Amino acid sequence: MLNLLQSPKAHLSALRSGDWLIIIASVVMIVFLFQTLWTHEHAAKVQIRLGDKLHGTYSLNQQRDIDVHGPIGTATIHIAQGKARFSKSPCNNQYCVHQGWLSHAGQAAICLPNQISLELVGEEKLYDSLNY
Amino acid sequence: MQIQTTAEDHRIAKLAAFAIALHMVEAVIPSPLLGVKPGIANIVTLYVLLQYGFTAAAWVSLLRVFAGSLLLGHFLSPTFMLSLMGAVLSLGALSLAIHLPKKHFSAVSLSILAAFAHVTGQLLMVRLWLIPHAGISYLIPIFAAAALFFGIINGLITTKLLYNHKLHSKYD
Repeated sequence: MLNLLQSPKAHLSALRSGDWLIIIASVVMIVFLFQTLWTHEHAAKVQIRLGDKLHGTYSLNQQRDIDVHGPIGTATIHIAQGKARFSKSPCNNQYCVHQGWLSHAGQAAICLPNQISLELVGEEKLYDSLNY
Repeated sequence: MQIQTTAEDHRIAKLAAFAIALHMVEAVIPSPLLGVKPGIANIVTLYVLLQYGFTAAAWVSLLRVFAGSLLLGHFLSPTFMLSLMGAVLSLGALSLAIHLPKKHFSAVSLSILAAFAHVTGQLLMVRLWLIPHAGISYLIPIFAAAALFFGIINGLITTKLLYNHKLHSKYD
């Protein structure tokens, strides 16, 4: 292993033509994945899910608080200036609240104890290979 | 009562023990990003695949997943299911990739393909079972990049091990 770190060049010569082909194809695929999945499109709506059901979809173009009644209590989701966040949650760890504002399409915050999740979506739902 | 064991069983047990040890070592190493791990135990799987064939590799890999999770206390937990799904898909990929012509494709290719299959399995599991919405799509490029990086490194280490093995067996 140390040997490998010391002389990477000597070891790269072990690669054959097919290996390079696979590496290049993988790099292209990864760049493509970054481009398609990391678009910083501003979100237009927030989807709130309670358990496996869609609780509601709200426009981010408004200022309002939404109360969602989850299994362990009521969480408050605050929408303002094209962003959304958990502002209050009855859970112990408060991870969801600490996650702060979500502003880009595709971002999500999940409160597992209370089974509530937020997901920001753009004007059109982005294509995603796991979701077609 | 005594179970009759063959030399092959002993060899698989020995190699699986080695893979489990690497699995444990890796569990202790902190990961910079949740879930991104080098997968050094896969070096053993690859080595066994190229040295002793697919059946032995499948045994070693699955024994590693089961015994490793028992030792870490993850058995039947989500972590275990992720591990199992990753191992099964990467074995599937290896069973196909082993037929690639050896002249053009070294262990590095197999390693990369197995690593991609591994993260695909895990991400599918996460998507379908643990976090059933598209939020995790953000992580796909990171996992893919990590799979490529560690796939290459593990593949190179395997190549080196096989090469050393050949050198030693010359003198035996």
